Amino acid sequence: MAFWDLEAAPSSAEALVAAEGPVTYGELAGMADDVAGHVLPGQVVLFAASNAAAAIAGYLGFLRVGAVPLMSNGDAAGETLVGLEEAYAPEFVWAPEGSTALVGKEPVFSLEGYCLAKADSPGCSEANPDLALLLPTSGSTGSSRYVRVSRRNLQSNAEAIAGYMGLSPCDRAITTLPFSYSYGISIVNSHLEAGASVALTGCSLMERGFWDLFRASGATNFGGVPYTYRILEQLRFGRMSLPSLRFATQAGGALGEDMHRRFAKACADKGAGFFAMYGQTEATARISFLPPERALDKAGSVGIAIPGGSLRLEREDASVVDAPGEVGELVYEGPNVTMGYATCRADLSRGDERGGVLRTGDLARFDEDGFFYIEGRKSRFLKVFGNRVGLDDLERLLAEHGVSAACTGEDDCVRVFVENGEAELATELLPLLTGLNHAAFLVAAVEDLPRSESGKVLYSKLGGGR
Amino acid sequence: MENMDKYENAFVEALGVGRADLAGLEYQGIPAWDSVGHMQLVAAVEDAFDIMMDTDDIIDFSSFEKGKEIVAKYEVEL
Repeated sequence: MAFWDLEAAPSSAEALVAAEGPVTYGELAGMADDVAGHVLPGQVVLFAASNAAAAIAGYLGFLRVGAVPLMSNGDAAGETLVGLEEAYAPEFVWAPEGSTALVGKEPVFSLEGYCLAKADSPGCSEANPDLALLLPTSGSTGSSRYVRVSRRNLQSNAEAIAGYMGLSPCDRAITTLPFSYSYGISIVNSHLEAGASVALTGCSLMERGFWDLFRASGATNFGGVPYTYRILEQLRFGRMSLPSLRFATQAGGALGEDMHRRFAKACADKGAGFFAMYGQTEATARISFLPPERALDKAGSVGIAIPGGSLRLEREDASVVDAPGEVGELVYEGPNVTMGYATCRADLSRGDERGGVLRTGDLARFDEDGFFYIEGRKSRFLKVFGNRVGLDDLERLLAEHGVSAACTGEDDCVRVFVENGEAELATELLPLLTGLNHAAFLVAAVEDLPRSESGKVLYSKLGGGR
Repeated sequence: MENMDKYENAFVEALGVGRADLAGLEYQGIPAWDSVGHMQLVAAVEDAFDIMMDTDDIIDFSSFEKGKEIVAKYEVEL
């Protein structure tokens, strides 16, 4: 039995709660099948996601029938969508009415503001029957590299999360993250697995609509990336009265030890737990969690492996670190390790290429009690407002627009060094190309980028981190 | 600096907009004033007048004009 069977709860129990009213498990199953009736197993559906009941019904319908949603953000730029269509030749598009994704497609079905439209795609190669879902590796640099998630990956991660959070039918998450994002999806999956419910809103934490729904729906939990927590801090989370809150979760980058401690404390004052967590889309979503009862004495730690998984550290020579304190590459093993990547339609027929083992690219250590701490990253990417931004991808995007630049920085702050002037052009281009707020970028003009004799940019000489 | 100058400056610095575009400016009216921009703006306004706004005021700070009413509650005369 899988969460998309929607049999964990009585059919009269509430599954989704939106400002317009609740949707029961029985109604959700009906909506899901209405969408699914139009698609065939193995077909690919370009999915412009939002936190709407119809979006989630479509997602479940596709899983139930064995069609493969290709997730993208509901407000993704037209350019990004065209790139995805070229790479994956989806048979259908599932998007909010009025979305650019629907332009030139033949509508076949509508549900509460969402439309299923047929794309003019040639008869394409079959997807692997284990493949359930395609998740983006980066929401912002327009990369067509996707993670191939199997049916078993999705179900095992939903079970593990529902298990360690102790979710019950009384629990209700409120959405704070996009539904195209692995963390956002994992919250929905785990709640459906537990027969619990999700309150849906497109409002950000900075809007009254969010807090009105939080209180009216009696939400018991929410998730957030570090930037969500910075917003909460500015909103004086410590002083808010949220009597229904049972716990808060955090992932999508490091919160930092001080902030972790402040929120663990603020949650405890409200009688709520605080779960610091770690994960990657390559592992469906979740890899590790810090149990709330250790949130204060292990502040800064990403905890221990989720149920059913295991963590180890490897040295450069692939030997395993066995002593506390030594830093090595974090390697995760578990049933939620995804099948591998795809960059085009033909890749969807491929089987599992990872065998349940994921080299995370993150450097970590563990303490004498076996709790893991992230110490750094091997690869050149940053987490910006929870999104992975590949620095090489960003340099490529700028180069395509005639700007020669080198990118470094830290999470939530990308430093862009622009060669030969053009700094103003880069400042203008960056938010447009990435969809990220201009506050994410610090642009500086340099005369010449420091380079090695072979012409490679010497990032260490630019300053500003990795 | 006059208070009105400080108020306008907070918008210019946080959202990267010109002074001429401030009248009628609303939350989510421009790409820069999203939730990230809102956080920057609130911090800039708080710094400019050395005030700490309440949660409800931060949430209700939804336009250039509305913001003026809100800072007035903190005894800032514009």
